[in-house]
Amino acid sequence: MRQQAAITAKVFIQRDYSSGTMCQFQTKFPSELENRIDKQQFEETVRALNNMYAEAEKLGSQSYIEGCLACLTAYTVFLCMETHYEKVLKKIAKYIQEQNDKIYAPRGLLLTDPIERGLRVVEITIFEDRSLTR
Amino acid sequence: MKNCEYQQIDPQALPTPTPTPPPHHGNDMEKKKEPRRPRRKWEVFPGKNRFYCDGRIIVARQSGVLPLTLGLILVTSGLFFIFDCPFLVKHLTSFIPVIGGVLFVFVLITLLQTSFTDPGILPRATPDEAADIEKQIDNTGNTSYRPPPRTKEVLINQQVVKLKYCFTCKMFRPPRTSHCSLCDNCVERFDHHCPWVGNCVGKRNYRFFYTFIVSLSFLTAFIFGCVTTHLALRAQGGKGLVFALQESPGRYPLVICFFSVWSILGLSGFHTYLVASNLTTNEDVSTQSYIGINGGTSSPHNLNIRIFLCHFSMIDRRGFLPADESAQTGSADIELPTLAAKSEINVVGAAFALQKSPSPVPAPSDCH
Repeated sequence: MRQQAAITAKVFIQRDYSSGTMCQFQTKFPSELENRIDKQQFEETVRALNNMYAEAEKLGSQSYIEGCLACLTAYTVFLCMETHYEKVLKKIAKYIQEQNDKIYAPRGLLLTDPIERGLRVVEITIFEDRSLTR
Repeated sequence: MKNCEYQQIDPQALPTPTPTPPPHHGNDMEKKKEPRRPRRKWEVFPGKNRFYCDGRIIVARQSGVLPLTLGLILVTSGLFFIFDCPFLVKHLTSFIPVIGGVLFVFVLITLLQTSFTDPGILPRATPDEAADIEKQIDNTGNTSYRPPPRTKEVLINQQVVKLKYCFTCKMFRPPRTSHCSLCDNCVERFDHHCPWVGNCVGKRNYRFFYTFIVSLSFLTAFIFGCVTTHLALRAQGGKGLVFALQESPGRYPLVICFFSVWSILGLSGFHTYLVASNLTTNEDVSTQSYIGINGGTSSPHNLNIRIFLCHFSMIDRRGFLPADESAQTGSADIELPTLAAKSEINVVGAAFALQKSPSPVPAPSDCH
């Protein structure tokens, strides 16, 4: 039968409001992860996420054109088209899955996509470290 | 050796969001021993909203006067098209029903979008997150669980902003978020709860609302102008204004438009001012100011133009709930003394993800 790992704790990375209300997360390394993962690795993950969210919220010419087109069509254009923001959110979901598969799952950690928590926190679940018990 | 141990974690059990479409994913998740159909997340949504079309449409509990709004628009426009248009097409130009038709369609579509879309509801905090917030470490290093302070101060771009704690949603509300008691949800950039559209107006549907009131002002003014012209032309050619008024049923749109055009124009003007000064109705009447939290007034982040470009929902209404024997049976290491069992079930079911991407979330196994 499948053996399920027990959850030891959950760490919540809060939002970083120091440069405004844009979606950014704090890169401060939580103490609970000290013996699980490199500080460098963790910071790289959070920074990559922050960069992607910044890209999503960027007001470029594409967003303006999208917005104007949407306004003229009474926003019905979104029935067939995805917004720039939604595209980046999909990219972020894929990135998190990749990170989980390659880096976090082997260390008994799991990143939860912040969109599931309303872009408020990055939830990191810490699983029981079986290698210590066996 | 370490890697071997962690392969025991079942990838199926790990709640990573996958972009597979909900129906297929639901079938995958439906375990053979589970006789009941997989339930969708909207069925256990904790707020006071109602859902239709299997979660595609979301409305507030009370539809307010939305039927009245729809009725007035349909009746007025209908009467205009039936009684005034033929006369005006004959005497003026045939562009009139075209313009009227376009405006009418705009108004209807944006009204329905405002009423039936998610205004920016924030998913409630999960029990673990709520416990984390409530956990406070006292001087001796013992952890205890107490209700958190009502406000928390954060520094946003060198400006001190107070974040309030929401006792219903169990989280500190992000800036510019407010809790709507009618819908029982925290809504981002909460503007107001509009009874005319029967829904809250917040970050995600503000642009539909704004387009609605602007196009409605144009439509009302247009109908008003056309009906006045119609009656004036009739009065000239016939026996005077009074007779023209009595004769044509086209006078009813005139009456309705006369009374509503001023308030609608006023509302459009007010909201244009709000957009230009980056405020919400809620902030305009409250004491806390958020002006300048994103840098100076010239900063692009301050422009409310952003609200017209933002289009996604944070609540996944159509995603499937994880099966009952969810592999993630959370061990009881985290105590949740402040949560009653009932709300725990509700909060568990309220694990949301991006619309159209189902993501089972680790949950205590008592969700059903």
